[in-house]
Amino acid sequence: MELFLKIGLAAVLLMLVWRLYPAAKEQMKNGPKGSSDDWKGLILPAVLLIGFVFLLIMMVRG
Amino acid sequence: MNHNITMPRSQEQVLATNKVLKNTYMLLSSTLLFSALMAVVSIYLEMPPMAYMGAVIVSMLLGMFVLPRTANSTSGIGVIFLITGLLGFGLGSIITQYLAMPKGPEIIGTAFAGTGIIFLSLSAYVLTSRRDFSFMGGFLFAGMITVVIAMVANIFLALPALSLALSAAIILLMSGLILFDTSRIINGGETNYIMATYSLYLSIFNIFISLLQILGIMGDD
Repeated sequence: MELFLKIGLAAVLLMLVWRLYPAAKEQMKNGPKGSSDDWKGLILPAVLLIGFVFLLIMMVRG
Repeated sequence: MNHNITMPRSQEQVLATNKVLKNTYMLLSSTLLFSALMAVVSIYLEMPPMAYMGAVIVSMLLGMFVLPRTANSTSGIGVIFLITGLLGFGLGSIITQYLAMPKGPEIIGTAFAGTGIIFLSLSAYVLTSRRDFSFMGGFLFAGMITVVIAMVANIFLALPALSLALSAAIILLMSGLILFDTSRIINGGETNYIMATYSLYLSIFNIFISLLQILGIMGDD
């Protein structure tokens, strides 16, 4: 039963890839491109996010 | 003359955007509450872990094939409650497993609070800065495809290190998606509040599941 569910889940996930692929291709080809400042603006939120997850880990470890 | 025409139009756009945003957050709150209720039912029934996989399969199929066709009608609301209810029910079986662990309740509480803080902070960041994050689209889609393919491999390989790496990648990607989706709503790129709710709900759900996994693995001595 579990193996069938695993195969089913894998099939549905691959179906998701198949559905996402055209949108991804379109976004990469014709989607808006960010400037280097746009990408640099993401560094701070990303660092804060990673730091926050580490804080949560430390809290659980006590 | 153009100025006179442009002003009312832009006001209309702002009103429409605010309406989508308000409806999205109202529906998101309702679906999260319903999801939590279904998780409690699942915990009470002590559902096996297999229930999670079954719930994810059915809800993904509904999300891919039924929701996009019903999202423009009132039946879309029923479909989104069905999807989020199923995911909540599946989540209950995972929470049951964590509750049996020594630090389980602490891990669940921390993951829950952490997910809330991440979502609220990122949403507040977009809503206050009004920045346009649409440039992240290509990166996020490509990242999701990569992660999903790795997830398929790990269903059969079951490697703890890969699981951990995937959870970390999912938290980063879903956080990026919260920025992307919220910015699309406020900039008028997303006008359907049901689809906006679905996307934000999935980001929150995936962050919670991934945090549970990371805290479950790393929180142990």
